[in-house]
Amino acid sequence: MRALTVDRAAGILFAAFSVLVFWESRKIPFGTMAEPGPGALPVLLSLILLACSVAVFRGGRVGERLADVRWTEWRHAVAILGTCSFMALALERLGYRLTILIALLVLVSIVERKGWLAGVVFATSFSLGTHYLFNTVLRVHLPQGPFGI
Amino acid sequence: MVETLQNLMFGFGLALSPSVLMYAFVGCLVGTLVGVLPGVGPLAGISLLLPVTFGLDPTSAIVLLGGIYYGAMYGGSTTSILMRIPGEAASVMTCIDGYEMTLKGRAGPALAIAAVGSFVAGTLSIVALMFLAPPLAEFALRFGPPEMFALLVLGLLVLAYMSSGSMAKSLTMAALGLLLGMVGIDTMSAFFRFHYGVVELGDGIGVVPVAVGLFGISEILLSAGQDNKAVIRTPRLRELLPNRTEWRQSAAPIGRGTVLGFLIGIIPGPGHVISSFVSYSVERRLSKHPERFGHGAIEGVAGPESANNSATTGAFVPMLALGLPSGAVPAIMLAALMIHGIAPGPMLIHEHPELFWGVIASMYVGNVVLLILNLPFVGLFVNVLRIPYGYLYPAILVFATIGVYSVNNSVVDVWIMAGAGLAGYVLRKLNFDLAPIILGLVLAPMLELSFRQSLAMSAGDYTIFATRPITAVMLLVALTLLLVGMRPNLTRMLKWWVPGRLEPAASGERKKNP
Repeated sequence: MRALTVDRAAGILFAAFSVLVFWESRKIPFGTMAEPGPGALPVLLSLILLACSVAVFRGGRVGERLADVRWTEWRHAVAILGTCSFMALALERLGYRLTILIALLVLVSIVERKGWLAGVVFATSFSLGTHYLFNTVLRVHLPQGPFGI
Repeated sequence: MVETLQNLMFGFGLALSPSVLMYAFVGCLVGTLVGVLPGVGPLAGISLLLPVTFGLDPTSAIVLLGGIYYGAMYGGSTTSILMRIPGEAASVMTCIDGYEMTLKGRAGPALAIAAVGSFVAGTLSIVALMFLAPPLAEFALRFGPPEMFALLVLGLLVLAYMSSGSMAKSLTMAALGLLLGMVGIDTMSAFFRFHYGVVELGDGIGVVPVAVGLFGISEILLSAGQDNKAVIRTPRLRELLPNRTEWRQSAAPIGRGTVLGFLIGIIPGPGHVISSFVSYSVERRLSKHPERFGHGAIEGVAGPESANNSATTGAFVPMLALGLPSGAVPAIMLAALMIHGIAPGPMLIHEHPELFWGVIASMYVGNVVLLILNLPFVGLFVNVLRIPYGYLYPAILVFATIGVYSVNNSVVDVWIMAGAGLAGYVLRKLNFDLAPIILGLVLAPMLELSFRQSLAMSAGDYTIFATRPITAVMLLVALTLLLVGMRPNLTRMLKWWVPGRLEPAASGERKKNP
């Protein structure tokens, strides 16, 4: 079996996504051709995406193989995405300052291995400094945590 | 002509008065600082400072807000060039070659060309605004829903046609962006689409979180952990400015970007976004070395930056002449004028000449102030890159989170940013161009609305798209681009349906079946 190329893999992925959108769009009123409803354009666009995915798949006979794509930085990527997820979860629960302090500490001290002292100094000063700049000077509302932290 | 010049002199008399000059300076300074912060764009800056203008006279208020707007647009390009994080959708194209120039140690010239290009485009487009505002506004009035629909379709296909990769891949990305734009409440029927119980998705998926995620976060995901990330040494003064070749390469793109941006900016809609995409595509097509684009071509910075600055001025045409805001930022400026009891529209020039000509003159002044403010800062901005990347990218991540969260005070946007970051990381690994996703997302609501409004106007008759001349011409051009761009795919499909009849086997060899 010929090795899967990047374009063919992408074509399959987007074709599957377009079928999913088409399936989900059945819950939205289509209207009529003369008076399209809110479901008309999602259906049309999902069909366009499907057609484009087939074109990408067909054009992907030759090209870079999926197995040759290198994901060497995946560990850092997972750590960073995990930190983003933590920030999203904790921002309105722990408040801005505590959330950013923890996030920066993890990234600088653990992920980047800059040492605990450097991490604590950087995380503390950055979280407090940006809070002052945005919340106080620029009047951008940043969430507060428990006990007004 | 003489009367226009006399009026302009009158306007300069107002704009160069100490108090108005001070507001122009403050606006440009604040705007640049706000725009430099990743994720915080001109809309956020203007919205934050609108209450400050309540105590000012109308001319000073608009001059201040205008300064913030230009400053934030320039500041947004700074983060695009230095960190690959677009301040807003119009800065997306600057990311592509601007950041590549930074990686090659040419951040200074990229920033300088962005400043100079913006200044030239802004100045020339103000001249055009002065003389052409009333007749151009009349032309803009002829753009109804069918013309708007055709323009948006044409814009998407122009971008896809002029992209460096396959048209099919660009169209795939554009379709994906359009589908993302379908999330939220349908404006015509109030039906809540694809929300899955998340109330915050009622307003749809925001452009800012997606743009920051796709470009900025994906860059961090790709670059973090690299020990051999380029070390930026202290640049010498002459390295901060473009060399002779770069000036020469930038001249024509600045000129073309100015014209394109102004004309597209007049038309109500996301003109500054479309103009930067179109300008980039045009420059790549016209270049003798299109392979340089995407790898640090200075034309890829000069053209889009000039176009979006010129479009910014063009957007003032419908706002001042007709009272029609062409986007969110002109809408807020319109609100500022109305708060001060001024009703923009056809009579503004006659009833409040001091406001109209004062604003025009202050645009000149604002452009000069921006150039004076920002060129010296180029060295400072470049030195930011010398911060070790292990500290820099966490800081960028925090700024991006603040910027994205502050748009709607919603953590859903932070989740969207993270998701877009992951998607951008994977798509870049698979060699897909991300820019069409942003254009599709921005244009989707207008595209759908104009399409359905057109059919409402014609009672469901699709010939409205063929019988209106401007619409028909634009759709014909779009169809031609589609057929020409997809020719390889169509040929392949025809061969599959009609095997062996289209192309005789070469040298007696038979092709294997796919």
